[in-house]
Amino acid sequence: MTAVKRIPKDQIAIEGLTGDAAIAHALKQCDLDVLAAYPITPQTIIVEDYQKFAANGEVHCRVIPVESEHSAMSACIGASAVGARVATASASAGLALMWEILYCAASMRMPIIFTVANRALSGPINIHNDWSDTYGARDSGFIQIYTQSCQEAYDTTIMAFKIAEDHKVLLPIMVCIDGFILSHNVERVEMLPTKAVENFLGVREPFIKLDPDNPITMGPLALTDYYFEFKEQQERAMEAVPEVFAQVETDFEKMTGRRYGMFEEYRTDDAEIIIFTHSTPGGTAKATVDVLREKGEKVGVLRLRMFRPFPTKEIVEVVKNAKAVIVFEKCRSFGAPSNPLALELRTALYDLEKRPMVVDFVIGLGGRDCPPTTIVEGYEKTKEYLKKGKAPLYETMGVRK
Amino acid sequence: MSEKYNEIPMAGNIIEPGNATKYKTGGWRAQRPIHTDETCLWVKNGTCGLCWIYCPDNSVKLIEKDGKYIYEFDLEYCKGCGICANQCPTDSIRMENE
Amino acid sequence: MALDFAKGITEFRWHGRGGQGVITSNQMLGKAALAEGNYIQAFPEFGPERTGAPVRAFLRISKKPIQVYAQVYKPDVVVCIDPTLLDVVNPAEGLKEDGILVLNTDKSPEEMRKKFNFMGGKVVTVDASTIAMDIMGRPFYNMPTMAAAVMATGTVKIETVINEVIERYPGKVGQLNKAAMERAIEEAQTG
Repeated sequence: MTAVKRIPKDQIAIEGLTGDAAIAHALKQCDLDVLAAYPITPQTIIVEDYQKFAANGEVHCRVIPVESEHSAMSACIGASAVGARVATASASAGLALMWEILYCAASMRMPIIFTVANRALSGPINIHNDWSDTYGARDSGFIQIYTQSCQEAYDTTIMAFKIAEDHKVLLPIMVCIDGFILSHNVERVEMLPTKAVENFLGVREPFIKLDPDNPITMGPLALTDYYFEFKEQQERAMEAVPEVFAQVETDFEKMTGRRYGMFEEYRTDDAEIIIFTHSTPGGTAKATVDVLREKGEKVGVLRLRMFRPFPTKEIVEVVKNAKAVIVFEKCRSFGAPSNPLALELRTALYDLEKRPMVVDFVIGLGGRDCPPTTIVEGYEKTKEYLKKGKAPLYETMGVRK
Repeated sequence: MSEKYNEIPMAGNIIEPGNATKYKTGGWRAQRPIHTDETCLWVKNGTCGLCWIYCPDNSVKLIEKDGKYIYEFDLEYCKGCGICANQCPTDSIRMENE
Repeated sequence: MALDFAKGITEFRWHGRGGQGVITSNQMLGKAALAEGNYIQAFPEFGPERTGAPVRAFLRISKKPIQVYAQVYKPDVVVCIDPTLLDVVNPAEGLKEDGILVLNTDKSPEEMRKKFNFMGGKVVTVDASTIAMDIMGRPFYNMPTMAAAVMATGTVKIETVINEVIERYPGKVGQLNKAAMERAIEEAQTG
């Protein structure tokens, strides 16, 4: 790999692409060796578009149309084990069917890029967006990055390979977009020249690979005597992610001028109330904050990007002086005291002597629309809770009850 | 078994092929196989070899030397599972308590 | 107090039926706006698309990056490309006081104003069904209706949109669509 340089404007192609298409184009430029996937709404266009590129001979990649998602992830592991650059895509029930193999991919340290168009889980069957699918997989050992726009999805997919394949990391990554809301939404996307992406990523250098001339065994049995140590290795790899992530972002910024961080801070500096969410609601929250600020409200947004590893210390630094943090999340952890995103935040804040109040709203399950008025409603409620000095552990918003 | 997490290969990969030989499973044996040359087809004419095929621990040694067929067990690894005795078509192997 | 969450953004809502090209024309208008240097969001009302079922699509156009990810509730422009829908849905619902209503119908703007009790902004009617049948011989009335909308709003230049159409449908189909769009602009009535 040669040094990364800023790409001149005239080499950048501007196109109107859906979130799925933006990811497909990114994958096209990342010089994949193998893509194994099974179609499922709303990620369908990712694989559809990529299959077109393959059929037209625009990519030199073996596309494996497997018979199920379980096989898709299995094929990805096999290909990754011999040193290939590998990607797949899925959502909802498809991701659920991969379940067993997700853990294999992470524990076998395969740098597979798994693009997900977040979709609710059955039942009743529903094709629309919420985060139940990938939140469910939060403990699988995958790195998870949630993106807000088509441009960000494109950029993040490219960067993901470089993060995953770094020998300090060697972990698979889920790059998530909101199903339909982003996956089927045409936005302006600046695309890099393929040469620049190839130069940025280089060719994958496997740390170790399956090779008939140097036989090794991958994925053997480890019981009470060694299993725990391998889990420790996995955790250490997760701990290495932020540093590698920052380095990759720095290189990417040199090339494009764009940088996203583990999270985005928006008007948080003097904010008394901070909204904490991610993906497309993160965008809606920013637009809402602009309007609330005009009314004199001291409110900001912390839009999370990296859910795993969770940037605990850094988030505490941003929110510790706020009076309240409002969590908006599209997942209900049934029977739990609150929900995945708020649980992380509350744990992160627990050791502070003076903590902001955490208010948790479950929104948009099964794709129910989350307009700015939802954010405003949550904001107004939070102000009341602050006056009372107490908030419920969580509440649902937007459901008829 | 005292290695720390950073002293063992990543992800449990076994990077040294055939290192199972370091693990002597002969100690597991409660019964040992006893072989009779008289009826064994290998010893007779160098055929059969079912015991060799089925032995899960590669402990049956079929040896050809100076035009003769010799039969041996490798008792360092034989776990005494009895599969060879079960497979033998001429009942040339029986299991005896250790 | 009503808050404006779409400052600087022109918001469109489309009505049509599955298979009539609502999503396609929405995306094409979006891509034309993109070609003129705007930021856009063009998305359907998400659902399993079924031929003949009422569908909606949304478009946002802005000079600055768009951050809101939600359906459009208070559109600046509503376009309905199917005349039979006018008895099923109220296209003027949520339309801004000074908004623009573009309808494929053989009725006059005045009649439509009365029908939907919309007295503000602008109402544009165009008999896109007849135009499509005359020129293309098939009921492809999304493009002529879109042309009337482009003319009425001025958000995007008509030439840019026609270029998008010709690029997407090279050859005869593109040319016929172009002819239909040009006739729609001539025949559209504003009132």
